[in-house]
Amino acid sequence: MNLRRLPLTREISLAVLVYLYVPVVVLIVYSFNANRTATVWSETSLDWYRKILVNPSIRDATWNSLVLATAAGIGATLLALAAALGMKSRFRGKGLVEAVLNAPLILPEIVVAVATLMLFVAIGIDMGLTAMIPAHIAFCIPFAYLPIRARLQGMNPSLEEAAQDLYANRFVTFRRVTLPLLWPGIMAGFTLAFVTSLDDFLTSFFLSGPGSTTLPVYIFSAIRAGITPEINAISTVMLIVSVALVVTSFLLGKMRR
Amino acid sequence: MTTTPSAITVQSVSKSFGRGDAAVRVLQDVSVEIGAREFFTLLGPSGCGKTTLLRLIAGFEDLDSGAILIEGARIDHLAPFQRPVNTVFQSYALFPHLTVAQNVAFALEMQNLSAAEVRRRAGEALEMVRMGAFASRKPSELSGGQQQRVALARALAPRPKVLLLDEPLSALDLKLRKEMQIELKQLQTEAGITFVFVTHDQEEALTLSDRIAVMQGGRILQLDTPRAIYERPAHRFVADFIGEINLLDGQVSGPGKVRLDCGAEIAAPADQAAGARVTVAIRPERASLAQGGALPAEVTHAAYLGTATILQLRLANGAPFLLRAATANLPEIGAHVTLSLPPEALQVFAA
Repeated sequence: MNLRRLPLTREISLAVLVYLYVPVVVLIVYSFNANRTATVWSETSLDWYRKILVNPSIRDATWNSLVLATAAGIGATLLALAAALGMKSRFRGKGLVEAVLNAPLILPEIVVAVATLMLFVAIGIDMGLTAMIPAHIAFCIPFAYLPIRARLQGMNPSLEEAAQDLYANRFVTFRRVTLPLLWPGIMAGFTLAFVTSLDDFLTSFFLSGPGSTTLPVYIFSAIRAGITPEINAISTVMLIVSVALVVTSFLLGKMRR
Repeated sequence: MTTTPSAITVQSVSKSFGRGDAAVRVLQDVSVEIGAREFFTLLGPSGCGKTTLLRLIAGFEDLDSGAILIEGARIDHLAPFQRPVNTVFQSYALFPHLTVAQNVAFALEMQNLSAAEVRRRAGEALEMVRMGAFASRKPSELSGGQQQRVALARALAPRPKVLLLDEPLSALDLKLRKEMQIELKQLQTEAGITFVFVTHDQEEALTLSDRIAVMQGGRILQLDTPRAIYERPAHRFVADFIGEINLLDGQVSGPGKVRLDCGAEIAAPADQAAGARVTVAIRPERASLAQGGALPAEVTHAAYLGTATILQLRLANGAPFLLRAATANLPEIGAHVTLSLPPEALQVFAA
C-alpha cells in the first residue's frame, strides 16, 4: 500500500512537524528580539547573546555544566566500554545484566534523583559537583553503552583471532586492533553521554549545591524570576551545541567499519 | 614422508561444544600425522569437524582430550600468539583500519624485528603474491581476490612452520578460484612450508593436495593420496562425496557375485557372506557400453561435453546410472543397451 495515496497524508505530516517544532522555532526567533518582554516582538537584535556572554552567573553555570558533562561522559564511557567488552563472553544471567545496564533509560528519573539525594545526605556527601558527577555517570552509562555495544557486535570476531594468530598477546590485540576499531563507537557513546548530562535538570537540581549550578538549573531559577529573551538566547545556544554533538555522534556511528 | 619428522601430530583429539545433554561431539578421537612441506587437506561437508580441527591447531579452541604437537613439541597448552602457525581466515580478517603494508607487517612488528627488516620482509611477502603495488591501499579498496592475496602474504610474512587455511577460496568466483588454486600450490612449493587446508570442495582438494583426510561426523573416514581416495574409496560416504559415482544396491549371491536390485547378476569383489546386503560402486568413466554386457539399461539423456558425452541411463528397477562414454557411436535416446562393469573397477561396501 502506498501511504502517499491516502487522503490528508501530507497535511497530517505537516501538522505533526509543526506540533513538534513550533515551540523551538518560536524560542529561537524570540532570542533575536530586542524587546525586554520575551513574548512581545519589537526589532531584531543580538543584544541578548551579548548579555549572556558577559553574565557571570551564566558563565559559571556554563563552566559547571561543561565540567560535569565531561566528567560524566568520560566516566560513563569507560564503564560502558568495560561492560560492552564483558558482555562479549557468554555467562549465566547475561540477559539480566544487559537489562540492569539499560535500566536507567526507563527508571523514573525523579525516583532515582530523590533516592540519590537521600543516600548522599545519609552518608554525608556534600551537594555539588562531587555529588553530581557520580550520579550523572550512573544515568549516562546506557547512552554510552549502546553505540559501543553495537560497534562491537558488528565487528568480525576473526579480527581479534587474526591479531593473536599474528603473535599479538591479548593486551596488544586490544590496543592495536580492538580499540581502534571500536573508536568511532566509543566517541559516539561519549558524545551521547555528554549531551545527556549537559541536558539534565532533575538530578542536577536535587544534587547541586551553592556555586555548582548547571545551565539547566540556572535557566529554571531564572524563569521563576520572569521570562527574558536572555533565556531564549542561552537555550538556543544549548540547542545548537546539543544538536551538533548528536549529529557528530550519529556520523561517527555510521563511520566505515 | 616417513623419514622426515612430522610437522604436525594430532593425537586422539576430542572436542565437544556445549555442556551436559546439549553437548555436541565435534571431534571424536581424531589422530593424524602431517609431514613437513606437505599440502594436507581436511575435506568434508559442513559440520564434519574440519574447521574445528584447524582452530584447535591454531589455538582458538581448547582441547577436551588428546595432544597436538608441532615438530615433536606439544603446543596444545599454548596461546594462539605463542604457536608457530599462521592462519588464512575464510573471511580474510584483514585489519580494516590498517593499510595493506601495515597488515602484512603486523606479525613482523610483533616479532620485534628492526623497522628496516619489517619493511623489507613485508615488501617481499607482498611481491610474492604480486601485491607490491597496493601496499598503501586499505583492504576495503581491494577486490576479493586481492584481499585473498594480502591475507596470504600477511600469514606467510613471519615464515611460520605451518600455514593453516580455512576455506580461503570459498568466497571467490569460479574463474578466480581456479587461478588462486594454481598460485596457492606454487606458493606452497616455493615457501617450502606445510599447508593444512580446509575445504568442502572435493575437486579443489583433489587438485591441490598431497594427501586428503576425508572427514564426517567428527572422524577421519579415510586418509590417503587424492588418487587413492578417488580410485579406492574406503567408505560408501567417501565414494559418494568425492566425484561422480554410481551406487548400486544388491545382495551377495555367491562367491564374487552380486545380484543387483535391478535383477542383473554381476561379478564383483565382494567378500561378504552370501545373502549380505551390499552397495556396489563404480565411477562413470570405468563402465562401458558393450554388447552382451552384464547390466541392461535404457538411455534416457545424453549431455555432450566435447571430450566425452555423459549418458544418463535407467536400470530395470528405475535406478539411474551415469556413464562417461566416448562421443563416437553413441546409442540413441531410448535405446536399450548393456553395460560392462570390469570387476577391478568396482568397490563393494557393506550396506
